[in-house]
Amino acid sequence: MREIKYEDIVKAVRDHIIYSGTNLSKDALAALNKAYEEEESPVCKEVLKQLLENADIAANEARPLCQDTGLAVFFIKVGEDLKVVGGTLKDAINEGTRKGYEEGYFRASTCVWNTRANLKDEIGYNLPAIIHFDLVAGDGLEIEYAAKGGGSENVSRATVLPPAAGREGIVNFVKGVISDAGPNPCPPIIVGVGIGGTFENAAISSKHALFRTVGTTNEDPTLNDMESELMTKLNNLGIGAMGMGGRETVLGVHIEANPCHIASLPVSVNVQCHSSRHTSFKL
Amino acid sequence: MSKTYHLTAPLSDEDVVQLKVGDIVYLSGIVYTARDTAHKKLIDLMDEGKELPFDVKGSVIYFVGPTPPKPGDPIGSAGPTTSYRMDSYSPRLINEMGQKGMIGKGKRNQEVIDACVKSKAIYFGATGGAGALLARQIKSAEVIAYPELGPEAIRRLEVVDFPLTVVNDTYGNDLYEIGRAKYEIKD
Repeated sequence: MREIKYEDIVKAVRDHIIYSGTNLSKDALAALNKAYEEEESPVCKEVLKQLLENADIAANEARPLCQDTGLAVFFIKVGEDLKVVGGTLKDAINEGTRKGYEEGYFRASTCVWNTRANLKDEIGYNLPAIIHFDLVAGDGLEIEYAAKGGGSENVSRATVLPPAAGREGIVNFVKGVISDAGPNPCPPIIVGVGIGGTFENAAISSKHALFRTVGTTNEDPTLNDMESELMTKLNNLGIGAMGMGGRETVLGVHIEANPCHIASLPVSVNVQCHSSRHTSFKL
Repeated sequence: MSKTYHLTAPLSDEDVVQLKVGDIVYLSGIVYTARDTAHKKLIDLMDEGKELPFDVKGSVIYFVGPTPPKPGDPIGSAGPTTSYRMDSYSPRLINEMGQKGMIGKGKRNQEVIDACVKSKAIYFGATGGAGALLARQIKSAEVIAYPELGPEAIRRLEVVDFPLTVVNDTYGNDLYEIGRAKYEIKD
């Protein structure tokens, strides 16, 4: 049994939140640079230039990249032989989130669903964090984190297709979601697609797909092929940076698939704006 | 071809009718911030026949909920939020109160586009996700109403050369549709 201190988890979470909220992830930065080089549309090229300048300013002056500093989303693999000393793992993640957001001068964006009252004074600054735990063998602790903004979340959609819809049905659904979204989710975007499992599995997989490094290939050749096809089709929509009309609409398409019920083909599309703030670390 | 303008808010009819979709505007002067909740409060005041917390005539409203300022700064990161959430409120402020400009990102509905034509107003797009860059053009910020809303409070901003693109003009044009049609490749 390995022991890990509650305070050590709090500090690591706090530090990673502040760093990733002010320093655009390397993969997203590289993808934006590539989009800037390749964009033909002058108005979109100007937008991409502003985004690269913004990333520079944010990193140099330790300022939030975007005023929507998001809800804190975690995927955590906990070893069965790991013991947290001095508190619970869940409390440590939430406390690290609170400190990261408050001490980084990030925005507290959680509110009550109906009154829309901001929750910072009642349950804590930008709490609760959204945490997906997975219990695994060993004594490790692996934390994946992303700040998820509202604009791109608002255009995300899930459905359950009939199995006969197949691959073509999935491609058309994804294309429809991104076409309808247009300028709203702050393109160029990263598109996470979750296929299979149950209804909620598909949604969670589409979220987790966004944590993958942009520019990497999918290990599954079938999915990799679908990703390439979708990249072309989505860029052909002509939406462009901030929807002003251009070639560079999508920085990456990431698909995760699960076995599913013989009667169902669940599909979920989760969209990530160009300000992809994600990181992963082991403790 | 798109043109570049330097304008000062509040705006007049003459300021806005010259603008066409795709034009670049560097805006200086006074801009007010408001998101969904603040807009709803403004409309409620109008329904009750009460005075609004700022003079809407000629005004430019920026859809933004900034991050808290770091010590010594007027404001934190301050990029636009998605504008469709204000679609049910903007036409009344434009048609009945004389609002002249909106700053945000993303599509507006036909009612907003119609109001821009009928009462001569402009919907400007600012670059979403460029909050650190855009904050540099904001020289002062003062909460003037609804401080309890935190980031969603109404603020009076003094801006200098705030970079904008005309998305909906006073002639019913929509940059998102025109731009996309130009670059779309059909299957």
